[in-house]
Amino acid sequence: MVIGTGIYSMVRWGYRVSIDFTGGTEVTYGIGEEFVDTISKEDIEAGLKSVNATYQSHEYPDDTSLVVRVSDMDEQSEPQFREALAKRTSAQLSLLRLNVVGPVIGQEAIQKTLIAVGLGIMAILGYIFFAFKRASFAFAAVVALLHDLLVVLGMYSLVGHFFGAQLDTLFVTGLLTTLTFSTHDTIVIFDKIREYRKSHPHESIETLSDMAVSATMARSINNSLTIVFMLVALVLLGGSSIRFFAVALLMGTLTGVYSSPFVAAPVMMWIEKWRK
Amino acid sequence: MVALALGGLIWINLPSRIPLQFTLGDIAVDTSIGSPVLSWQDGSGQQFTKKFETKFGLDLQGGSHFVFEADTSKLNASDVEDAISSTRNIIERRVNLFGVAEPSIQVLRSGQTYRISVDLPGVKDHQEAINLIGQTAQLVFKEEGELDPSIPISIATQSAIFRLTKDTGLTGKDVRKAQVTFNSENAEPSVQLSFNDEGASKFADITKRNVGKLVGIFLDADLLTAPVVQTEILDGTAIITGQFTVESAKSLAVSINSGALPVPIQLVQSETVGPSLGARDVSLSLFAGVVGLVCVILFMIIYYGRLGLIASVGLLLYGLITHGLFRAIPVVLTLPGIAGFILSIGMAVDSNILIFERIKEELRLGKPHQTAVRIGFGKAMDAIKDANVTTLIVAFILFNPLNWEFLPQFGLVKGFALTLAIGVITSLFTGVFITRRLLKVFYTRS
Repeated sequence: MVIGTGIYSMVRWGYRVSIDFTGGTEVTYGIGEEFVDTISKEDIEAGLKSVNATYQSHEYPDDTSLVVRVSDMDEQSEPQFREALAKRTSAQLSLLRLNVVGPVIGQEAIQKTLIAVGLGIMAILGYIFFAFKRASFAFAAVVALLHDLLVVLGMYSLVGHFFGAQLDTLFVTGLLTTLTFSTHDTIVIFDKIREYRKSHPHESIETLSDMAVSATMARSINNSLTIVFMLVALVLLGGSSIRFFAVALLMGTLTGVYSSPFVAAPVMMWIEKWRK
Repeated sequence: MVALALGGLIWINLPSRIPLQFTLGDIAVDTSIGSPVLSWQDGSGQQFTKKFETKFGLDLQGGSHFVFEADTSKLNASDVEDAISSTRNIIERRVNLFGVAEPSIQVLRSGQTYRISVDLPGVKDHQEAINLIGQTAQLVFKEEGELDPSIPISIATQSAIFRLTKDTGLTGKDVRKAQVTFNSENAEPSVQLSFNDEGASKFADITKRNVGKLVGIFLDADLLTAPVVQTEILDGTAIITGQFTVESAKSLAVSINSGALPVPIQLVQSETVGPSLGARDVSLSLFAGVVGLVCVILFMIIYYGRLGLIASVGLLLYGLITHGLFRAIPVVLTLPGIAGFILSIGMAVDSNILIFERIKEELRLGKPHQTAVRIGFGKAMDAIKDANVTTLIVAFILFNPLNWEFLPQFGLVKGFALTLAIGVITSLFTGVFITRRLLKVFYTRS
């Protein structure tokens, strides 16, 4: 269901793709609190006219700053735009951050990030196969990974639609990291199954994985709880620039806890049974 | 031994200066303590200083980051590497003129595309920086002219750079090339300049009016060399002699030859961050980290009791060791890096939880305390090892230590991967070895 909602959101609303991937210019201005929500799209477009740039979006990430995203504005023309905007709105604008990404760089970033994600998944798969010497384990772990990937991607699209989270390189980093958490949990369960297999050689694989899942549940939940504590603290109290990064990590952690016992273990069982 | 190690650890983690003033009976203490500064000399008398300070990345302390793409289309394939590396060096020299504390200039290769990334911590005026880096450096020749009246005469006459104030009209355009030559008598290295026709006639005029005086060769505002003119030179070649070593002669020749960047560069990416933005986010994130840490410790103690207390001690040690490592290596902390650190605190207890659950399991089977601890530890190790290796693999891919061109090379992602990897390795150490010691001492005895 979660995946369904996520995919619906992905298809319906897509993502707010960051300039990391599309190229463009993002400027953050410090503004007085009284100006929050007063500067409109029209104001910005009027300011952009002086530098021949195109408006993309703007937002107020917190109560002292304004973020403006545009295309075709380079470093040299930013002061001119700032002046024009300040004149029109009589707001004091101080430049906090200016980020300009060329379109080629964005294209390349997409490619390289995809390769990194692919390589990461392959490496995890390879390692599990190496550690457990069973293809069914590795395959099941990867199915769980893909499940997590879909959940996080889908949910993030929702967060993007409703809260303005952007798909950027940090998100991809967070995604890869949560994939490793998910694998942590899966490995702990598989490790238990491996152990039970030795101590109870006559039990069926269902019973073994059942025992393993219940035995590791406390650990799995406790460990995720400690991570969740840290992440919730970061989401609620950390600064605005890493908030959505922490949100992505949080979603990944939660789905990782779920996917190991309820996706990885059953998939592994099916494969084992299907083989016989 | 343990106390010593712990003392050292705390020392490294101290803020750089804490004033210490108190009176103890008759003794008045007025001093300050802070993190250590090591300083030593190597054989050649070179002075090294190592400060244990936390270093912040551009996103936190403010500064500018640029990526320039080099246009190598007009070069022969065999010359590209050389041209890029000398471009890098020229950019480095220009940046040094800017007086930035720790600039970082790197060549990034991506297929046939070469890019040069420039990090300038603390530089807020990105326009000036872009102009400085991207400009075409000018080689100019100057002769002695009027002294700047604002500089005391005694200083001005001593120093060539103050005496050489008059432009001669001779510039890098007039130089055909510079090369290292060796004196036929004593084999001393010198630098030979050859001018084109126009340059040769200009140079003849200049040397004619300046026999016995200095003529300075400047690259941008940098005085490269100021030889004394021995005789009038008419044939368009000048030999600069002096106290050159082969290396210094070579580098002068390179500097003169490379007055202009050997390849045109174009700005393709830039990021400028004001310092205030980062400072606010650091304090917010650190506060969040502390709140999270307290929650984790409370949870561990409530759920695991005495075991949880031991894990918490291990966790605090973990924090101290990791932060100490960040300072000692040193790791440049970015905001995602701090997030990685905070995240790793949550993960650090993972090994402990695995171990404790195993110990509980053994206890439930009715094994005596000491045996349960020993067996529980042994059984948990497999899972701990396998689980952490996967995280390390992913951290490796994200950090991309070999700078593979098919993988991302973004600073922020790297920062996160590095702190995550250090966190995982340290947590293995504290979660396994230190907890084991603590368990032995405080848990099995009762």
